[in-house]
Amino acid sequence: MQVTMTVNGEAVTREIEGRLLLVHFLRDTLGLTGTHWGCDTSNCGTCVVLMDGEPVKSCTVLAAMAGGHEIRTVEGLAAGGELDPVQRGFMNCHGLQCGFCTPGMMMTARALLDRNPDPTEHEIREAISGQICRCTGYKNIVESIRWAAAEQAGVRSTLEPMTVGSAS
Amino acid sequence: MQVPAPFEYERATSVDGAIGLLERLGDTAKLVAGGHSLLPMMKLRLANFEYLIDINDLHGDLGYITFTAEEVRIGAMTRHREIAESAELLAVFPIFADAEQVIADPVVRNRGTIGGSLCQADPAEDLSAVCTTLGASCVIRGSGGERVVPMAEFHRGPYETAVGTTEMLTEVRFPIRPYAGSAYEKVERRAGDWAVAAAGAAVWLSSEPRGSRGRTDSENDGHDVVLADARVGLAAVGPNTVEIPSISAALRGQTPSEELYARAGELAAQNCHPVTDPRGSADYKRHLADELTRRALRRAVQRATDQVRS
Repeated sequence: MQVTMTVNGEAVTREIEGRLLLVHFLRDTLGLTGTHWGCDTSNCGTCVVLMDGEPVKSCTVLAAMAGGHEIRTVEGLAAGGELDPVQRGFMNCHGLQCGFCTPGMMMTARALLDRNPDPTEHEIREAISGQICRCTGYKNIVESIRWAAAEQAGVRSTLEPMTVGSAS
Repeated sequence: MQVPAPFEYERATSVDGAIGLLERLGDTAKLVAGGHSLLPMMKLRLANFEYLIDINDLHGDLGYITFTAEEVRIGAMTRHREIAESAELLAVFPIFADAEQVIADPVVRNRGTIGGSLCQADPAEDLSAVCTTLGASCVIRGSGGERVVPMAEFHRGPYETAVGTTEMLTEVRFPIRPYAGSAYEKVERRAGDWAVAAAGAAVWLSSEPRGSRGRTDSENDGHDVVLADARVGLAAVGPNTVEIPSISAALRGQTPSEELYARAGELAAQNCHPVTDPRGSADYKRHLADELTRRALRRAVQRATDQVRS
């Protein structure tokens, strides 16, 4: 069957099998390997991408189901050669170690900040609660997202030390 | 790599279109909504279909929560997140807030639907327990029209429903009665997992003149608060989520008290049918049915009392 969707702003049309999962369509058909593929069972959340702006686990969405919809992956986070505030937050606050969960974490963070530009620590932890990180203990991820929120609000210059929750 | 066995993908763009496809393809076809229960089962080859009919385009028609004086109507394609974010619904039935917080995780809740949850008919499924507790009715549509099936008759065993092969669930209806409170209590092995056991409670209060029942300890200005009605629904302790009528009979007309909740808990434990499995022993689940029934009733009564006083 043929499927057409928008991926990172670009319309793509491919011939696919009905059973092809979105995560494999992105990685294998389109070569966008930034989206990681982990548990296969919608538990780990490393495969999270945005579908019409909302985070979804792409291992549990058929590529065919994404037809007609807008998909945004980690490759679509940076705009015009400029890293997204979320990406800079993860850099500045050491929000990753091995990096496996990072694409999914950043996409969920982007969607959270689009809906709620000033989330509390609790709201951040709730938003990423469907995603597993085995390196950071989540603390630095929460700080990274708070950093991005503050950065977007223009209240903090880069690299300033931060305290979680202080800006809320 | 886990992938479903091969199937043909079809997409329905209207309810009639979905029913038409079901009539053409028969029992070789299955509707898929959010897919977060069905696709994992297909990956594990616990379910296989020749055709999968995607009904996500029906969200525009079947994604709604509407209110009349008598009832709430929730469209089958309403997603978990939309339920959890409906302040109006949560004010009427706070049990939805309790349950939604413990269903999987926020990303899964972006996709999963109430219709999909009910049609999956998993005995440990939380929204099924909520619908059972609240005495919901299910609207099932086929080419011949609609029929309304009470929750008690909707599930026909694990993973089986009253929905025929050429029909679909379109709406779930919840009766509204005054002075209500409701709550949901669940124990799971890890956050977002299926319940080891869970209990929902819904209560409706009324008041009688003080002394008419031989009690004078009410705080309610010359009236005793009594339970006009109460319902308890249990999850993961039988082949389907189940309401316990003997609890309603024991609670109706009584003044809420810890002794009463203990009696209800006992009845829950006696009237459920858990089996030992990797989530826990039958004895442990029976214990949970008892304790979670008490907690859910306590919280439901508290919420109803707060509503009466406000």
